[in-house]
Amino acid sequence: MPQQNSPAGRSGDFPPFAQRHLISIADLQQHEIVDLLDRAERMIEVSRQERKSLPTLSGKTQINLFFEPSTRTQSSFEIAGKRLGALVVNMSVKTSSVSKGETLVDTAATLNAMRPDVLVVRHSAAGAVELLSQKVGCSVVNAGDGAHEHPTQALLDALTIRNHKGTLTGLTVAICGDIANSRVARSNLLLLGALNVRTRVIAPRTLLPAGIENLATEVFTDMDEGLKGADVVMMLRLQHERANGKMIPSVREYYRFYGLDEARLAHAKPDAIVMHPGPMNRGVEIDPAIADGPRSVITDQVEMGVAVRMAVLDALLPARNAP
Amino acid sequence: MTRPLLIENARIVDPASGTDQMGAVLVENGRIDDLALGGPVGVPEGVEVIDAKGQVLAPGLIDMRVFVGEPGKEYRETLASAGAAAIAGGVTSFVMMPDTTPVVDDGALVDFLIRRAEAQSPARILPAAAITKGLAGKEITEFGLLKEAGAVCLTDGAASIQSSALIRSAMAYAANFDMAFVHQVADAGLVGDGVMNEGLFATVLGLKGIPREAETIPLARDLQLAGLTGVRYHAAQVSTQGSVALLAAAKSGDPKVTAGISINNLCLNENDIGRYRTYFKLSPPLRAEADRQAVIEGLRSGAIDTIHSDHDPQDSEVKRQPFAEASNGAIGLETLLAAALRLVHSGDLDLLTVLGAMTRRPAEILGLDSGRIARGAPADLVLFDLDYPWQVTERDLRSKSRNTSFEGARMQGKVMRTFVGGKSVFVHEDGI
Repeated sequence: MPQQNSPAGRSGDFPPFAQRHLISIADLQQHEIVDLLDRAERMIEVSRQERKSLPTLSGKTQINLFFEPSTRTQSSFEIAGKRLGALVVNMSVKTSSVSKGETLVDTAATLNAMRPDVLVVRHSAAGAVELLSQKVGCSVVNAGDGAHEHPTQALLDALTIRNHKGTLTGLTVAICGDIANSRVARSNLLLLGALNVRTRVIAPRTLLPAGIENLATEVFTDMDEGLKGADVVMMLRLQHERANGKMIPSVREYYRFYGLDEARLAHAKPDAIVMHPGPMNRGVEIDPAIADGPRSVITDQVEMGVAVRMAVLDALLPARNAP
Repeated sequence: MTRPLLIENARIVDPASGTDQMGAVLVENGRIDDLALGGPVGVPEGVEVIDAKGQVLAPGLIDMRVFVGEPGKEYRETLASAGAAAIAGGVTSFVMMPDTTPVVDDGALVDFLIRRAEAQSPARILPAAAITKGLAGKEITEFGLLKEAGAVCLTDGAASIQSSALIRSAMAYAANFDMAFVHQVADAGLVGDGVMNEGLFATVLGLKGIPREAETIPLARDLQLAGLTGVRYHAAQVSTQGSVALLAAAKSGDPKVTAGISINNLCLNENDIGRYRTYFKLSPPLRAEADRQAVIEGLRSGAIDTIHSDHDPQDSEVKRQPFAEASNGAIGLETLLAAALRLVHSGDLDLLTVLGAMTRRPAEILGLDSGRIARGAPADLVLFDLDYPWQVTERDLRSKSRNTSFEGARMQGKVMRTFVGGKSVFVHEDGI
């Protein structure tokens, strides 16, 4: 574990973080990614203490603005902010595509007038968080925008892998499932690519987006082939509406060819770990025995999620308010 | 009676006759009365003289694809504001798309628009009539009555008819009245939820792509049905390499087939979208650089005939949205000529080809007597400085909407003076 000797949560040991927002992994330099992972490492220790708090964001206001419902990401950001002493406000905005009324830009202006220090935003449209960040005076963290990016998910995945494998160097990570519609896949491919980790995507052709061969090291349509020699198996959620006969004929066919069960997992390395960003569809993309089995690190991902989000909030806010 | 006008010492560029040489043009009663090429001319008595100082005098541009907000969305654009933008861009006539509220699918509305445009707009506005009622793609409109009322061509504007059977009967009926049939092709199923060109760039942005086949498949269908029905078919605008090949093949057998290209697809590509810049959200979408090169080659080879602005005013309410939710379209009347001249300055196309695609060819397709500098033709003229440097600033544009895809762009070449029917309707501050 890096920086073992440092006392827990002393973010002052890190150089100032030179970004105002976290919108996309593509905006980060390699050293910034490593810096965030190292900061998150320290935050794990904070969360494991009896008094799970640091005063670094005391007096600051964090608004979680979720245009798309998400229990786990929203509560992860909420706990992260609260452990750092911020005042956290959750706003869930129901939007229907038919009658939107107030535009995103109007919402941004309204919230901006409340003088938050950071907005954590999830929206169903790619680019919506970027648009919002251009209209507000505070830091913005992307908690998922359409099929574009989910940067804190990629960071927490990398941290989970690093903690289980000791390093990211030399590993092969296989990402399986609905690549076309997955922001998790995009952020992971960008982050792992930036750290020179070998990436594979495995999916039926209908769920592989155009040009994906430029983002992943290797592309597979056969799961057994794709899993061969993998150190990490990252499963993606299959939205049920995808299995409607347009992209995928049925859930049972999908599970037969792309579901992760014991037999398939046997193709990966014996010490391969299994990840999933959640929420899982047991019996659709993953066998319950695997999801809850010894090689699953899915609950660790949730713990790393809080640490990563603490690190991100801690890194962005001082940078914003530096003289 | 206004005084006759002599524009002398001009570089006369007239694609219809292939002319590119110094000369003078005499204008009287709104028409070109005489034309002298080569040496100096004697000035008749009582004539107003404009010394063009060697600048280019060309036929006024004819823009085949312009959306106006009037009637129905006057806050986006009126006939008056579109007309003002047009003359500032050297556009003396433009075809107005029927996509208004109400839709231009009735002769009375065509008649109303012609009268109102005459009163309001300094540029000539030529209404196009809808092919289908309400642009719904279900029932054809009264082509004959619309033509009598003055509709210059038939088009469903931004909409694309999906039923091959309906397209066939509409084409046959249009051929019956010898009307140009202008159709933008898009296979609704293949477009789906797509919002930009399909490819790596869309994948990285997390946006749904529109495959090129969403254009080439319906274009192939249209071209075959055009051959079957004998209609004068004009592919409203194409964007892909494959479409250029289809058009080249079709034209070799059917001389009545023509095609247009938006200035946006000629000058820009998908990379201009950058990080979700919605002013670059267009239909057809901006494609890859290879496609842009192919459509330039299409103009060079004659597979593509016309260049238009695809002027489409949209307000900030519908443009300041996440990319997928924003409306399509960009304004372009005022920047059309300068943007097209980029292709001349870059050496991609020669001046006669570029101007021909905005003067001679549209006039031929629409059956207009303008679009050329010849005795008896309407004195619709543009005088421009081929090298004048300027930068596009949205607040300086005359359109009521601000959605230009050339914001901040550096241009070389500017309209100095525009004449409609012999009348000087626009003079640039640095103009002659």
